[in-house]
Amino acid sequence: MQVSAGKMKKRKIHESAGDRTLGIVCYIVFAVFALICVYPFYYIFINTISANDLSARGAILFWPEGIHFKNYISALQIDGLFQAAKISLLRTVIGTAATVGASAYLGFMFTQNKMWHRKLWYRLIVVTMYFNAGIIPWYLTMRNLHLTNNFWGYILPLIVSPFYIILTKTFVESVPHEIQEAAEIDGAGIMQIFFRIMLPVIKPIMATIAIFSAVNQWNAFQDTLLLVTDNKLYTLQFILYQYLNQASSLSALANSSTSGSAMAAAVATTQTPTSVRMTVTIIVVIPILVVYPIFQRYFVKGIMIGAVKG
Amino acid sequence: MKLLQDRKKWHSFKLFLCVLPFVALVLVFSYYPLYGWMYAFFDYKPPKPLSMDDFVGLKWFKSLVESDVKIDQLLQVLKNTFAMSGITLATSWLPMIFAVFLNELRCVPFRKVVQTVTTLPNFISWVLVYSVAFCLFNSTGMANTLLENLGIIKEPILFLQSSDHVWLTMWLWLTWKNLGWSAIMYIAAISGIDDEMYQAAKVDGATRLQRIWYVTIPSLLPTFFVLLMLNIANFLNNGMEQYYVFQNAFNKEYIQVLDLYVYNTAMGSGSYSVSVAISMLKSVVSLVLLLGATGASKKIRGESFL
Repeated sequence: MQVSAGKMKKRKIHESAGDRTLGIVCYIVFAVFALICVYPFYYIFINTISANDLSARGAILFWPEGIHFKNYISALQIDGLFQAAKISLLRTVIGTAATVGASAYLGFMFTQNKMWHRKLWYRLIVVTMYFNAGIIPWYLTMRNLHLTNNFWGYILPLIVSPFYIILTKTFVESVPHEIQEAAEIDGAGIMQIFFRIMLPVIKPIMATIAIFSAVNQWNAFQDTLLLVTDNKLYTLQFILYQYLNQASSLSALANSSTSGSAMAAAVATTQTPTSVRMTVTIIVVIPILVVYPIFQRYFVKGIMIGAVKG
Repeated sequence: MKLLQDRKKWHSFKLFLCVLPFVALVLVFSYYPLYGWMYAFFDYKPPKPLSMDDFVGLKWFKSLVESDVKIDQLLQVLKNTFAMSGITLATSWLPMIFAVFLNELRCVPFRKVVQTVTTLPNFISWVLVYSVAFCLFNSTGMANTLLENLGIIKEPILFLQSSDHVWLTMWLWLTWKNLGWSAIMYIAAISGIDDEMYQAAKVDGATRLQRIWYVTIPSLLPTFFVLLMLNIANFLNNGMEQYYVFQNAFNKEYIQVLDLYVYNTAMGSGSYSVSVAISMLKSVVSLVLLLGATGASKKIRGESFL
């Protein structure tokens, strides 16, 4: 008896040592990976506020030196950047509003069993999540509809999004059916039921969809690439991509926009291609960095509900 | 009686009218483009509208394999597609492992920070990812500076203009962007595992690794399976955005996946018809893969994802 008890105790100590090592290894690996995810943004940020001659040489690695904020002021004066910011913002606001409204409405409508051929229409929409004609036929269609070089080309194709409709439909189905039946007995029409009763109930899922859709609109790049040649309709993402592929003309662009007296300015604040690229990168990424941590729980909720019926 | 039935029918039709405008949008933007597949059988020259005189039958499909140069090019594109999708498929267990070990972190605030920070890259665009890559790995970027300071290299390495290891670096960027986010599904699944199973395993003297191996992982396999099937269904659909932003004259040969090749053929060289022909073939194969994957899912798990 004594012996076996001793053995057990020994084994337990041995095991917990192994478990502890595992725990420590986990902490180290995750800390390193988290650092890899964060450091690039930190690196770019400290470079944008450091002396430009140092950042152009790549001398800034861990902390900023010669701090100044002139890069941001000059960036805002670059031709076209403000216009691009406006377009990005507009498509994010209008596109998100349209998509959220349509998804809420359709998600609710497709729970109405009485609808004529409901399943057919629902399937018709869901299938597009998995199967499409390809980008070139899509582009040719958009061109035939005169939606190239047209702001609405950013909005209209994204209004009906199957994934968001699935999310809302799943959510509406979890709402007790009696609520709608009671309203029907009281003589409420379908629109009244949707606006007065359903809309307040499904607000949480609409918030989730709004976040997803806003991020998608802000990040969209491919549609600009395919549809737009008019530089008044360029988005921030597209402008940034152009900047990354342009060489020295970039700093000329930035410096020419500042007044003549600024030409005598110190090398530390003269724009370089590096400084322009990094500054624009930060400007484009900041909305995401700010929005994401605040709304993280909505994102997670979205993927959970989606997982039930993805 | 008949009146009542008519009213019912009218009500059901009215409900349909309510969604009709949106169904029309889907028909226009998702189904009408299918009509564009026709271009694959015509000699289409952009400004001119199509006429029956331009009908060329299967000419463009044959042209894909008419010369050795073209066959080689297409084979290289297929090789790239298969390699990059293959690497992703072969490492599709990574998010699961990520979630499992994240769950082993006892310090909750640390775990939350790690989760927030690692899902962040998923929400930035590929253009921004490329910008990050550009800022860190160009000739005066952080990577080169660091290596030079450490005395490992004398001349800067042109990471992004290199044709070496393109498949691997593309996979690394993809993983950097997606790993934390893909793990969320598994984290949710883990929180649904009955705690009694762990208690029982503990009583039986299972180590942490044993608990992971015999309790956590088996509970996650159904989720893993569904996601694996989805991955298989999307084998040919790598998307073009990542490869488009990273492509340049030096790595073009190894970075062109089917989606990018379709785009480059049409928008770069203006061969709309050839491009549509390729994309048609791709869609058909994808559809077969999708049906196969749902079929397998139905057979093994009793539910499909369509």
